[in-house]
Formats: sequence, C-alpha cells, structure tokens
Amino acid sequence: MTDRRKAVLVFEDGVVHEGFAFGAKGEAYGEVVFNTAMSGYQEILTDPSYRGQLVLMTYPLIGNYGVNPEDVESRAVHTQGFIVREFSRVASSHRATATLDEYLKEHHVVGIEGVDTRDIVMHVRARGAMRAVISSDDLDHDSLLRKVRKSPSLDGRDCVREVTRWAVEEWTEGFDDSFVKRAPVPEPRFKVVAYDFGIKNNILRGLVESGFDVTVVPGHSTAAEVLALKPDGVFLSNGPGDPEPVSYAVETIRTFLGERVPTFGICLGHQLTALALGAKTYKMKFGHHGANQPVIDLTTGKTEITSQNHSFAVDPDSLDLSMARISHKNLNDDTVEGLELIESPCFTVQYHPEAAPGPHDALYLFARFRKLIEESKVEVAAG
Amino acid sequence: MPRRDDIEKVLIIGSGPIVIGQACEFDYSGTQACKALREEGYEVVLVNSNPATIMTDPETAARTYVEPIVAEAVAKVIEKERPDALLPTLGGQTALNTAIKLVDMGVLEKFGVEMIGARYDVIKKAEDRELFRDAMEKIGVEMPRNAIAYTMDEALEARDKIGLPCVIRPSFTMGGSGGGIAYNVDEFERIVSNGLALSLNSEVLIDESIIGWKEYELEVMRDHKDNVVIVCSIENLDPMGVHTGDSITVAPAQTLTDREYQKMRDAALAIIREIGVETGGSNIQFAICPKTGRMTVIEMNPRVSRSSALASKATGFPIAKIAAKLAMGYSLDEIPNDITEKTPACFEPTIDYCVVKVPRFAFEKFPGADPTLTTAMKSVGETMAIGRTFKEALQKALRGLETKRFGLGADPEDRAKPAPSLADIRKSLLKPNCERIFDVRHALRAGMTVDLIHELSRIDRWFLENLREIVAFEGDLSRYSDPTTMPPEVLREAKRLGFSDVQIATLTGGDEEVVRLHRRALGIRAAFKKVDTCAAEFASATPYFYSTFERSTEATDSGARKVMILGGGPNRIGQGIEFDYCCVQAAIGLKEMGIETIMVNSNPETVSTDFDTSDQLFFEPLTREDVLAIHDAQQIDGCIVQFGGQTPLNLARALEQAGVTIIGTSPDSIDAAEDRDRFQRLLKHLDLRQPANDTANTVDEAVAVAERIGYPVVVRPSYVLGGRAMEIVYDTESLRKFAAVAADVAPDAPILIDKFLENAIEVDVDAIADAERVVLGGVMEHIEEAGIHSGDSTCVLPPYTLSDELIDEIRRQTHALAKALDVRGLMNIQFAIQRGTIYVLEVNPRASRTVPFVSKAIGVPLARIAAKVMAGMTLAELGFTEEVWPRHVSVKAPAFPFNKFPGQDILLGPEMKSTGEVMGIDSDLGSAVAKAFLGAGLDLPTGGKVFVSVRDEDKEHAVPIARRLAELGFEVVSTEGTHDALVAADVPVTRVHKIEVGRPDVLDLIKNREFGLIVNTPSADPEVREDEVKIRTAAVQHGIPSITTIAGAKACVLALEAYKGKRIEVKALQDYHAALVSVT
Repeated sequence: MTDRRKAVLVFEDGVVHEGFAFGAKGEAYGEVVFNTAMSGYQEILTDPSYRGQLVLMTYPLIGNYGVNPEDVESRAVHTQGFIVREFSRVASSHRATATLDEYLKEHHVVGIEGVDTRDIVMHVRARGAMRAVISSDDLDHDSLLRKVRKSPSLDGRDCVREVTRWAVEEWTEGFDDSFVKRAPVPEPRFKVVAYDFGIKNNILRGLVESGFDVTVVPGHSTAAEVLALKPDGVFLSNGPGDPEPVSYAVETIRTFLGERVPTFGICLGHQLTALALGAKTYKMKFGHHGANQPVIDLTTGKTEITSQNHSFAVDPDSLDLSMARISHKNLNDDTVEGLELIESPCFTVQYHPEAAPGPHDALYLFARFRKLIEESKVEVAAG
Repeated sequence: MPRRDDIEKVLIIGSGPIVIGQACEFDYSGTQACKALREEGYEVVLVNSNPATIMTDPETAARTYVEPIVAEAVAKVIEKERPDALLPTLGGQTALNTAIKLVDMGVLEKFGVEMIGARYDVIKKAEDRELFRDAMEKIGVEMPRNAIAYTMDEALEARDKIGLPCVIRPSFTMGGSGGGIAYNVDEFERIVSNGLALSLNSEVLIDESIIGWKEYELEVMRDHKDNVVIVCSIENLDPMGVHTGDSITVAPAQTLTDREYQKMRDAALAIIREIGVETGGSNIQFAICPKTGRMTVIEMNPRVSRSSALASKATGFPIAKIAAKLAMGYSLDEIPNDITEKTPACFEPTIDYCVVKVPRFAFEKFPGADPTLTTAMKSVGETMAIGRTFKEALQKALRGLETKRFGLGADPEDRAKPAPSLADIRKSLLKPNCERIFDVRHALRAGMTVDLIHELSRIDRWFLENLREIVAFEGDLSRYSDPTTMPPEVLREAKRLGFSDVQIATLTGGDEEVVRLHRRALGIRAAFKKVDTCAAEFASATPYFYSTFERSTEATDSGARKVMILGGGPNRIGQGIEFDYCCVQAAIGLKEMGIETIMVNSNPETVSTDFDTSDQLFFEPLTREDVLAIHDAQQIDGCIVQFGGQTPLNLARALEQAGVTIIGTSPDSIDAAEDRDRFQRLLKHLDLRQPANDTANTVDEAVAVAERIGYPVVVRPSYVLGGRAMEIVYDTESLRKFAAVAADVAPDAPILIDKFLENAIEVDVDAIADAERVVLGGVMEHIEEAGIHSGDSTCVLPPYTLSDELIDEIRRQTHALAKALDVRGLMNIQFAIQRGTIYVLEVNPRASRTVPFVSKAIGVPLARIAAKVMAGMTLAELGFTEEVWPRHVSVKAPAFPFNKFPGQDILLGPEMKSTGEVMGIDSDLGSAVAKAFLGAGLDLPTGGKVFVSVRDEDKEHAVPIARRLAELGFEVVSTEGTHDALVAADVPVTRVHKIEVGRPDVLDLIKNREFGLIVNTPSADPEVREDEVKIRTAAVQHGIPSITTIAGAKACVLALEAYKGKRIEVKALQDYHAALVSVT
C-alpha cells in the first residue's frame, strides 16, 4: 500500500479530489457520470455508449472478480477513465483471466481510486454532468483545470462516428449458458439489419437468440443501402452522446417509418426515433446509469427493473401523440422510457433490455420485436 | 390495486421467546407489520408469548394476546376475535408452523379466516423437501444432485450422475452411523457397501457434496401484480457447511460477475413464482461451485427471516413493512420508498458501502458443547457494521461484537494470548469455528499464503486478500513506537482500513485516548454517510448514518435539544431483546416530550435500528471511540446509558470523562452500586443486610475470604452481566478453580465472594425514581430458590407466598436504596429472603431484564416513563405515583437452548443460560404457570407416565409432588431410591431400572418417549450425577420436559392441574389492563 502512486481528479468547476492511480498512467478527459450498478464493470467499460465519459462506480469495491473474455460488450474499451473507491488486487472468479488493473493498463484506461466517490456523486447530482480530468502524470491542479476547461464537451458532438463499425458485418453469436438459461431458438428465421450507433454485443446476441439473421451496418448507412438488403426488420441501436447531431440517422429512420419497416430501437435508437417523429430531446441533469431503474409498462401496469445508461431523454411535451404513444415510463422520475408508434410498426425503449449488466426483466422485448415482424407480415399479406 | 377493503381485522402471530435461530428479528418484522397495518386502518390482533418485545406493547396492536403460541391457544384467540385474515409470514418458523397446524385442525376454515401473504400449499411446497425438489425440476433450477440406491450397482450408477465427493447416508440406522463423505472411488465403494449392510432396508442416500462451495442469499419481494424485486444479495464469507446464521456474511455479493448474479436473480424470480408466494418477502439460498460456477439452489423461506432483517438494515428497505402492505393488496409501485420519499418501493436498492454481519456465540456458557460450526445454528446473536470497504466494515463488526476484540486482532485481547501454533492454525482453518477469522490472521502473520489458506478453509480468495491487506497494514503500523510520530497519511489509511484507536494504540504502544486526540488534532475524524437505498442518486431526508473515514460527512446538526440513547449491541445470553425494548421505549418517550433522539446500536435484528424509531440512527459499534465520534459530530445534550444493558453502562465512566453528559442516575451512583466496597458502606449506612461478602484480587485472597465467611459461597467477577463465570462453591478446591475463571473473565476487576444463602426465596423489584419519589413497578417472587440466576428462574408477579409485612419491608428498603443512590430513572434490586430475613443481593441502577415483563403485567410503560424522568419530568407530572397491584397473575419463564447443544447438562445455576423468556398471564397461578411453560416450548402432558427421581435431601419434598401427580391421573415411575421413599409414603409408583442395572432401564423408556415429564433433581454424588446427566440430556434430545428443582416441580404440578384437559382461556392485554387498580 505504500507503493501507491498519486492521481488526481479535477472538475471543470475547480473541485479537486486526490487519490491513487490504477490502470494506465496518463490523463483522461471526459464528462463524469456515475453508474449505480453493483456488478458488471467490465460490460460498462466496454459499452460504446460511454464514449467521452469518465465513469464512476458508486459501489465502492470494484474489480473483485477480475475480467474475462466473455463479458465484453464491444471490441474495445470506450470509457475514457474509471473512478472507484477501491479496486481489488485479486481477481476471484473461475472465469477470470486478468485483474481489472491489468485490463485497464492493457486498454490504456486511466483510473483513480481511493477518492470519496459518494461525495463526487453528490457533487454531480447537485451540479449536473461536468467535464473533468483524471491524471496520474500532471498533478498540478491549476494546470489540469485549464486543460479540462479546454477539453471538448459532449453536447452537440456526434460521438456515433467515433464508435460505429465502418464495414457491414454478419453477426452469428447468440447467448451462452453463462448469461441465461437458454430456450430453443424460434423458427422461422427473420432477417434484421442492426444499425451500429455504438451497439452492445448483447443486443446482437439477443437478436440471434430470438431467431434473427443479423447484419450489422455502420451508423451512417443510408436507408436505401439497408432496404437493398431486404430486411424483415430494422434495429436501431444504443450509442453515445447527444442524439441531435446524429441528424443523418434521423433522416434515415423517417424513411423506414414511412416505408412501414418493422423497427425496434433501444436507447439512442429510441431518441433518434423520437427526433424522426419531430419530438425533442434534452440533456438530463446527470442521466440514468445503473441497473435498478423501475420502468412501468403502461399497457400491462407491470413494472420491470431495468438497466439504463443515458444522459439525454425524450421530451414528452414535444411528442405528437397522434404519431406515437408513451408505452413505458420511469417510476422514479416519470421520464419517457418507451414509445409505440401509431402508424408504423415500430416501438422503442430508452432502457436496455439486453441487460449486460443488469436484470433480465425486459429480455422479452426481443421476442416482441419478432412478433411485430410476424404481425406486419400478416398485415402485408392481407394487403 | 389499492388496499383490500374486504378485510378489517388481521391476526398476526409472533415468534415467541428468543431461541437460537429465532431472535429479535421477528420483533422487528412483527412490529413493522403491526404499525403498517394500523396505518392502513386495519384492526390488528396479535398473539405472542414474548413480553420483551415492542410488538406486544399494548399500543402496537389493537388486541394483544400474550399467550403461548400453540395452536390450541391461537385457535381460542381466533374464536374470540374472529379476524378476517391471518398473516403468518412475519413471525418466523413458529408462526408458519402454527398457521399450518391451524389449517390442519380446520380452525381457519371453521371461522372463515383467510391466510394472506403465503397460502397453505405455498408453505408446504417451499418447506417440503420433495415438493420443493419437484418444483425446481419443473422450472429447470438445479439442486444438489442426489439419489437413493438399494444395491451397489445402483450406487455406482448414482455416483456417475452425482460425482465425487458425495455424502452417503444409510437409511434407518441408529444415529446416522455408517455414513460418510467419499472423496475417491475406493472410499465410495467401501462406505456404500458398509452402509447397505447397516441399513435395515438396505438403502443408502447419496448426495452431492457442496461443502466448501460459495454460499449466497437473495432477499426477494413479490406483489400480487407479479412485480418481483431483489432487495439485497448476501455472500457468506464462510462457505457451505456452516449455517448462514453462524457465518460471517457480507452484503452485497462480492465475487459474482454480473452474468452469474443475474442468473441467480433469474432463478430467484422463477422460484418465487413457481412456489407461488403471492405477496411479501422470501429468502432464497444458493450455492456456487467455485471451480466451475455451477449454481444450485439450497432452500427457500417463504417468509420474512433473519436475513430479511439484515437486508432491511443493510439497504434501508423496510422489508417487513412492505411485506405487510403487499399482503393487504397494495403493489410495489403503489408504495413509496420511505427513504427517498419521492421514488416508489418498486425498485432494487443499490448500496455504496459494504455491510458485514458477524455472529456472536455463547460457547463459554456451555463448556460441554462442541464449538465446531456446522449446518445447525449455534450463535445467539449478531452484530452488523457498515463501512466503505469490506476491510473497514469487518473490523467495525468485530469490535461491535463486544467480545473484547477491537478489530481483526492486534488488540489487548490478542496480546494477552499466545499466538496459536501452525498445527493449531491449520486445524482451525479446516474445521469452522467461531475463532476462525482470527486464525486466518494468525495464518497470514505466520506466512501462510492466501492460496494455502483458501485450500484449507475454502474461504474465497477475495476475502482472504482483503484480510491479508489488513494484516499487512498491521505490520506497517507496528513499525511506529509512538502514535503521535506516525505520519498523518499512515494514520488516515489505518482509519480507512477500519483500525480502531485501541488497535493503533496496541500496535504503537500508546494509549487509546492519545491516538484519538492526536487524530483529532490532525483533522482525521469519522465522517458520517447516509444509508439511502440509492447510492446518492436521489436526495434523501432519512437520517440513517454510519461512520467512515472519508472526505465529506452528511450528518448535520439540527440545533434542537438532543438525547443519545446507547443500545445493547449484539444479543447474548444475559443481554437481549429486553434492552432493545427499553431503548425503543426511551425513544418513544423522548419524542413525546419533543426531544430529538439519536439511537446508537449495532444489532440488525432490532426495532431500535429501524430508521423511524428515533430521529437519527447511527448504526455503529458500541465502543468508546465510536460513541465519542458521534458525540463530536453532534451537539448532544444528554446520553442515556441505563437502557442498553451492561454494554453502555460499562462505557458510562469513560464517556463522562470525555465530556459526555450522562443523564439519569449518575455514573458515580452506578459505580457506588457496582463497587463492592462502596456498596457495602452504603448498605451499612442504611442498616440493610447483605450476605456476608468480600472481594479478592487473587485466588489466594479468595480462599481466605471464603474461609472467613464460611462455605457455600458464590464467586463471580464484578461488572459482568448474565452471571458470567458465576458459581456456587462448597469447598476450597472448586473455589480455586472458579476464582481463576472469574479473574480471567474480568482481569481488571476484583473477584466477588458472597455467602450463599441456601433455601432462600429470591425476589426481584423494579422501581422508578425521580428527585422526590420512588414508585415500585413490580415485585416478583422467584419460584426457584436463590442461587439460580434470576434470568433463568421462573418468577411470579405479584408475589404468591410473601406476607404483607415482608412486602412492606421490601418496599421500604427499595425506597431507601433509591434515595441513597439518588436514582433518576429505573433501578432493579434483587433480594433474598431466608427465614424471614431480607438480604439485598444486588442493586442495578438501570433498566433490568424484567422491565418489559413488569410493564406488560401492570400496564405501565416503565422504560418510557423512566426516560422522561431522566429528561427532567417528574413522576407526578407523568401521573405515575402509585403502585399498580394486579389481581391477575403474571409468570415469566425462561426458554433454553439446550437442544442446540447436545450432551450439555441442563442444570441451572448462577450462570445464566436461557436465551429468551415468555410470559403467562391468567387469573390463577397454576394457569399462568401452565401458559408460561407452554409458551417456553414445554409440551405439558395431560396424562401418561411421569418419571420422578430426586436426590436424598429432596425425597421428603418429592412425596407430595408425586402424590398429587398420581391424583391427577399420571403414572409415577421412579428408580430405586425415590421409588422406595414414595412407597413408604403410600404413593402409587412404578419402579424402573437405573441405567444399565437391567433392561429396559430408564434411558430406554426416555428414548421410547414413554414419559411425558421428568422430575430429576441433581445429586452431589459424582457417580449418580453421571447417570443423571445421561437422563437429562436424553430427555432434551427427545423433547421431554425436564424439571430439575423441587420448587420447579411444585409449580409444574400446579400447571398440570390447570392444564388438565388442555383448557386454555385467552384474554387480551388490553382487557387485563382495563381491570387494573392502583394502590398507594
């Protein structure tokens, strides 16, 4: 414990926290968000939606079970920096292949530990999301403050371009037994094109598991390119940052809606769909990032505990209720959690039914997407 | 759906006396449920025999029946009250079993009572092993594999399926002999062939061995809309093989990846749905193979449990309260989260701290018991601690245990004992025991690697690594020889790792206070963080705090007048729920006066640690350092140390010296009552008698004292509760032995030696005093003679043999003592009356164990009044100036844990052994005693054989007892000596062989359960004694009530008379109280 190297966290408002370095050494800039999930840090680190962010885990003991090759949500680590109260020096799990510290070093993620994470959460809660820097090189507060104030903001920035695939890819991997008790994959198989705005692997696995042949396309793919693949349905993925600058996708989605292509959107995909309907999105004070958000399904009155990760939300007042109805609501703060379109076969949710990390309560939505396609086929056949 | 309007009256069954496995947690859950239902406008009818509970306060339910929790009595309550519904899931296994019995008896059907929360078939499905296994198979959730084999071929086939190691148990053999664990193929074949041969029907059960697997629990809640949430996950530090009640447990789960956790969560949801628990909480246990990750479910409890209490306190989510509301028709999304007040209860709490629970054991009370921890629970209490890291929480929990430990070793207790040898350490790591966590430290200090310790103990490497880091830092600390020269960052790090000032002082050669002052000077002070269910995502107003060493603190000072109440810490024999009751009453009383209260306690099972009991809750160990840290952070006007038992009392002086204002009786008066010399002078001054006595500082001095005052003498250490290490000795040899024990138990305190008063009647008095007045709350006459610890004896209120003159004299002496000690608040006096002379045995200027019992007997909340007196009100203002002398008879009887410690003799003595108590109330003594005995779990016979065997001195007294038993229609059976004495007195009696004098002997008859009752008084002759122990332990094993004193036997005869024909009349506490009269 005596060999610990110092690190510092400096917020753009001048608040400074001193702690110790772990993971990679260096400087990492981004917006601080806190995640309240008590497990699943590896999924969080590899979730492209955290692009441009410094993630703080509210659970103080992180790294306990190390890392493994399965619990990754994309091909890279996207989190800019990692803030924890205490990281574990051992990895205790039969699946572990490395410690968290080793993993962060390998992926060049700068970490800070030993800070009063709860204090930081209360600060962010009070002041809203802010830019900050974690540094284990430059420890000079003033110098870091200057640098952090010059660092890019997330607002108005198209982060999708920074994380999306640049080539079309066929995805074939489904769930495995370590994730969920598996049921037989339904027949017949449908073809879905999944937009990668920063898609999580588990969404792709969930689609495969629900009987889809999955083609993943870059986030900037045009509607024509996608329709040329003759999909039975289109999936709009999650992704990082502000939806507004992703205007190309908004246009594309309008086309799908107009063509009545069965569409399912998650998180950013949900926000982009709302924008396509002419609604507005806004930046939340500090967002929802965790695995315990209660969402009520307004159709059934049942609540599901959901995994969430978003800093922007759909403004319900801006929504044209003749075009879509709010299907799900957050029980904590009444934010919009789901939309069902009235004229088009399309539904979207703000939360993450694919979990990873988080509860599996909403996995059924993948099956609902399948059903939507089946119904729309019947409708088309009926003419 | 909102509340059900088709129900108006709800019956709740409590859990009865505190026993091992069922403690205060069911007072917590029952009280929460009663409060929640009353808030919703339901009329609550409650049955619970345990008077020491808040739930049996006459204000908690509309109708309170302090009656034995046996189906016959509850049926009477149902008949009388006609409730619409029965909620059986909040009173532990006792309530659940009683509810099942009521269904089986047809009582619920007859009176149209609906079972809510969990239906009959649900309970059966969860509790019946086979039904549960079938249900799990149906939903595809694995259980440990098992099979039955009748031949070696079948066994081999089973082995392929189950794998090795496995547990082999032959069916129908005596005491499970012939079984074993097979680790290899040879062993398997040998054990199976042996087992098949031994088994009467050539049958062996083969179970997959999951010993050493990681153990988890999930607390699950479901509502009628099928919303299901997990409130908390718990991981056991001690792997499978140790009962979860005896394990060190940690929340949340620490070593599960999200995939594994969610799979467990999926299974829990599937299980609660398949079993069909409609509403409320359940607890589901899982085991995970550390090598493969294979998960199996172990069992589920379809009710609120000990773990639910822990989960509630660990997260701030009030499980019992919510469970009660769900049972009444609400759904989770309709109930607000009490902590955030803005968000609903339909969510899963997330926590930003680590919670550690450590069990507290009482093996020192049962020297014959095997201290190995197994799947049968043996601990008597627990303490919980919250910290920002596991290391901090564990060290806090260990010092919260109050076993003289101030963390993970490195304390004075550690210095006083030699480190164990490597061989002993290995043994301890292999065989779970209550000291194992300290032996892990010794192992690390001795250079054992984490891997090796893991191999031996199966404790997960993550826990071991954390322990290693504590031990490594202990090494760093011990390099300093003066705490004041330690660099601030080292001191700060020590505090962040949970090291107490005592540990730091021990390691650096300083003094606790020096460390504390130095720390404060450096600004290294405890910060207080909130427990808020949401990891600070939402603002919360709920003042539930824990200490840690972090940058910012959240406890703010309201500026209002505040009183701090110190609780009793973990339950132990001698200090249990009674004191929690008193602390809660104090909080209620002060709240009524408009004074803010701060509760400090570390026991998660209690009502006092509900965040709405006091204005602010500090979930903290009760040590000097931890209490002073709160005192530093808050402007506190006064501190109450009278109500939490000996724990806060022991801190009183130190706290006062550090500047804490102790309200009520002064610490100096407390000392005057506890210090032998001062007390003796006081009695002399008042012209009161006490048994001849003296103190000794060494064993030799003790012998000299005993010779001067004459044997028999009582020897004990001062400043301990529950008669710890207290013995009656008749000769020098035993005196030497026990004086040494006493010196060891309390090394800094003198040994006390009193003349033992033989054949004296013991009387307990609880009184309350302000500056002007002393009022007796109750005078209790013990049934057993003096010499048996008051906590273990049965007592009667009002006295049943004492003359008015004697009672007047007791009253006069009580007044004199209260005045002389300037008592403000409660005091308890123990008197002994020998041949008409009154002796003062002990004065305790604090709440006693009997306060709740007396309060319920006389209908006056003594502790609440006392708290108000301590805060400055007078008894006149409070309207309590006259004694209440009830016409009904109240009997308090103890409940013992002997069935948990096989082989342990059940004789009573000056060292307390009972874990709990019950109250029986009726219009006559016999009926009240019968109810108390039934409530304590004695299965009173209504006919059949009774075995009577007494020592020679008692033979004369046994005659009328036996005669009356015969008249009542019992067949009296005796061995030779007693038989002859009874024959000589013309009492009809059947003779039975003494042990192994001829067969069948008395032991055979006990094992065949031919006796409904055993009366057996102990003889001094060691040879006879050996047989007696066999008789008594066999009786416990076979569930036969055993009476070991003549006084007890007499009372039992009265009870049997009253209970003949099983007639029990029930009456609510509220009705008894309405009929009370006061006397001046």
